[in-house]
Amino acid sequence: MVEKKAKKEQTPRSKMPEQAPEVRNKNFLEVPLGLTPEMAMTEASRCLQCKKPACVEGCPVSVDIPGFIARIADGDFNGAAVKLWERNALPAVCGRVCPQEIQCEGLCILGKKGDSVAIGYLERFAADFARENGTAELPKVAEKTGKKVAVIGSGPSGLTVAGDLIVKGHDVTIFEAFHQTGGVLVYGIPEFRLPKSIVASEVATLEKLGVNIETNSVVGATVTIDELFEEGYDAVYVGVGAGLPRFMNLPGENFIGVFSANEYLTRTNLMKAYRFPEYDTPVARGKNVVVLGAGNVAMDAARTAMRLGAESVKVVYRRSRAEMPARAEELHHAEEEGIEFILLTNPTRFFGDENGRLTGMECLKMELGEPDASGRRRPVAVAGSEYTIECDLVVVSVGAQPNPLLTNATPDITLNRWGNIEADPATGKTTKKGVWAGGDIVTGMATVILAMGAGREAADSIHDYLTLGW
Amino acid sequence: MFEIVNREEMAQGTIVLNEIDAPRIARKAKPGQFVILQANEKGERIPLTMADVDPEKGTITIIYMIVGKSTKVFGSMQVGENYYAVIGPLGKATHIEKRGKVVCVGGGTGIAVLHPITRALKEAGNEVTTILGSRNKDLLILEDKMTSASHHLHICTDDGSRGHHGFVTDVLKDILAKEKIDLVVAIGPVPMMKFVSMITKEKGVETLVSLNPIMVDGTGMCGGCRVSVGGTTKFACVDGPEFDGHAVDYDELSKRLTAYQADEKISLEECKQNI
Ligand SMILES: Cc1cc2nc3c(=O)[nH]c(=O)nc-3n(C[C@H](O)[C@H](O)[C@H](O)COP(=O)(O)OP(=O)(O)OC[C@H]3O[C@@H](n4cnc5c(N)ncnc54)[C@H](O)[C@@H]3O)c2cc1C
Ligand SMILES: Cc1cc2nc3c(=O)[nH]c(=O)nc-3n(C[C@H](O)[C@H](O)[C@H](O)COP(=O)(O)OP(=O)(O)OC[C@H]3O[C@@H](n4cnc5c(N)ncnc54)[C@H](O)[C@@H]3O)c2cc1C
Ligand code: SF4
Ligand code: SF4
Ligand code: FES
Repeated sequence: MVEKKAKKEQTPRSKMPEQAPEVRNKNFLEVPLGLTPEMAMTEASRCLQCKKPACVEGCPVSVDIPGFIARIADGDFNGAAVKLWERNALPAVCGRVCPQEIQCEGLCILGKKGDSVAIGYLERFAADFARENGTAELPKVAEKTGKKVAVIGSGPSGLTVAGDLIVKGHDVTIFEAFHQTGGVLVYGIPEFRLPKSIVASEVATLEKLGVNIETNSVVGATVTIDELFEEGYDAVYVGVGAGLPRFMNLPGENFIGVFSANEYLTRTNLMKAYRFPEYDTPVARGKNVVVLGAGNVAMDAARTAMRLGAESVKVVYRRSRAEMPARAEELHHAEEEGIEFILLTNPTRFFGDENGRLTGMECLKMELGEPDASGRRRPVAVAGSEYTIECDLVVVSVGAQPNPLLTNATPDITLNRWGNIEADPATGKTTKKGVWAGGDIVTGMATVILAMGAGREAADSIHDYLTLGW
Repeated sequence: MFEIVNREEMAQGTIVLNEIDAPRIARKAKPGQFVILQANEKGERIPLTMADVDPEKGTITIIYMIVGKSTKVFGSMQVGENYYAVIGPLGKATHIEKRGKVVCVGGGTGIAVLHPITRALKEAGNEVTTILGSRNKDLLILEDKMTSASHHLHICTDDGSRGHHGFVTDVLKDILAKEKIDLVVAIGPVPMMKFVSMITKEKGVETLVSLNPIMVDGTGMCGGCRVSVGGTTKFACVDGPEFDGHAVDYDELSKRLTAYQADEKISLEECKQNI
């Protein structure tokens, strides 16, 4: 036994095959290529099958990690996918975008001495295998209950609610503002990180199970929540995300060439501007690009700019490397692709020419001062350290806020002081009877898996309501 | 869904009207609101104001000038064909109330946008004077409808082929000199709205304009439609599209409208080769 354990610890963590940096930074194809079945089985065999698995504690939806990994080790890839689906409706997505290093893999026991099990890669492998081979069975749909649920927003949280409730026998209709479903998974996260065909296939599965989808429906404008109740819906789930960009309110921010990450990424991903003029929507192609911020959104914008032909791409961030909130893999990929990080630096204003086009940005150097409320050392400006960075494109990626369109039209849903919906953390119930909410509209921009976790809890609560009462 | 049920050409085919089946939108739309349309899956999202709605029939009407690729594709679609996407009603509705004497100034396809607002202002008990402008008599649209929506109507053409020979601002100046006007609504090309606002600002007459910046989603999520009004940034799609004409930074708006000029040319050329 001891011997066996030691052997497992000696097997090195599998390396994901990837497109080479100098090749991939010119195309929009996915960067990591996926494990082969042999690699996946070898990697799966590293798992110690802990009796009290720490990794599961780190997963917000408590995926049975040793359970699915054991099936991969045995070569039962479909079985692994089915195991994943018990807790996670979108494993092909989560395997790619979860911040594993601070969640499941961050707590894996093997990580204490060496490298943790590559749980994310394995999750992705099993889900991709089941999808590509079309071998996994659809879940069984319970007998129809005759109850109708409206799900507003088709991001990960809305999709989770729809999937859970259709299986429980309720009629489900998703109302989505855009012409395509998937939320941030289609308009925000780029193709090279999450192929849109994966999201489309997840949505197709929901449709096969009987979920109705009404795209082009902005709830609050096209129809209100009260009107949905009048139309016969028994319950409503609000999963509209955090779709309002934050700007920095600096002089010159309206020069042509300064974009929110939302606009830049929506044009590129949802509207497919990277294939202009085959697709009609254009996107600015900068030569010298600056991205403000250091989260996943910023990395996506920076890597997109590179692929759209930039000569230089700089990520400008006011704190230091240790505080950069993006997933470790994104930072690593970005650096490999030639993106420069300019740390401890903050913009103060933008410069433009007589045609209103951006020509540069003034910055100030920062140093780390006393820790702030979040425990991170607060950056303070170094007096007189102003200097100019020449640039023709700036993407502002400093966060998002709740979009008030729906909540303004529904005054009887209580909001907190930031404009997020107040929802019971255990059930997702809002202050309006028959209405639940979850995901980024409740928490502010968080993660895909947290949005899905909130969706699952709300779905359970909605099911109780529809079968037992409020 | 979104089938074209009626199509008309105006102004010698340079302006096209589509009546589109969109029952949910038709039930809710109010004067001043707009929709975003996409002709096909690869198309751009184009904002157009609703020129009319018929809640019973479940249709909305748009009137647009053919200026680039997307409007050219729209214009080529026939009765029975479908738009891929129509989203709305978006933006704030015009605040309609009885103010007294109102002057409505319209230019180009702005006249189409102005029509439902003018009609509502008249129905609300205002005395409505309308001034319409176009380059020449053949490009003038909706004259009949605007005549019945107003108490008094003036027409101006740049070449003098109809009505007053000159700009709408000449006629507006005359009216403001003679009468006390309570509200001016101006909708048309950016320079027109700018000059109308300059004149009315001098006289201290409240003025509403409808802005047309480049948009993507139309729901406040991208910030592409930023305009400066009274020194602060507004998102035209949710805070507008109507704003206090005296506070708008028209020069910034004009410049921002040129953001994609080079790409628009490429698009149009490619489209000409394919049609
Ligand atoms: C560029 C980017 C990269 C990211 N990278 C990662 C990552 O690597 N890992 C990770 O875990 N998380 C990442 N995130 C965060 C993650 O995507 C979000 O936390 C998650 O998508 C939230 O899901 P949601 O279902 O709450 O909302 P969303 O995904 O935002 O979906 C909301 C949906 O509701 C629709 N909607 C909005 N208003 C209305 C309305 N009034 N009526 C109808 N529909 C409406 C929207 O169009 C949208 O489709 C990233 C986010 C962005 C923007
Ligand atoms: C709220 C609103 C209401 C409008 N209502 C009407 C209307 O009722 N009738 C009408 O004829 N026009 C209206 N417009 C203008 C109309 O949207 C543009 O003429 C149209 O987008 C041009 O697209 P195109 O591809 O044919 O031309 P392009 O060649 O792409 O561009 C021509 C010009 O249109 C502008 N434009 C381009 N793309 C967009 C976009 N996505 N959003 C906004 N402007 C753009 C640009 O400034 C450009 O100079 C409105 C605009 C807004 C914002
Ligand atoms: S869902 Fe995310 S956190 Fe949970 S096991 Fe999968 S990758 Fe890890
Ligand atoms: S903690 Fe690591 S080794 Fe233990 S079960 Fe989880 S993945 Fe396997
Ligand atoms: S069009 Fe995107 S915010 Fe107005």
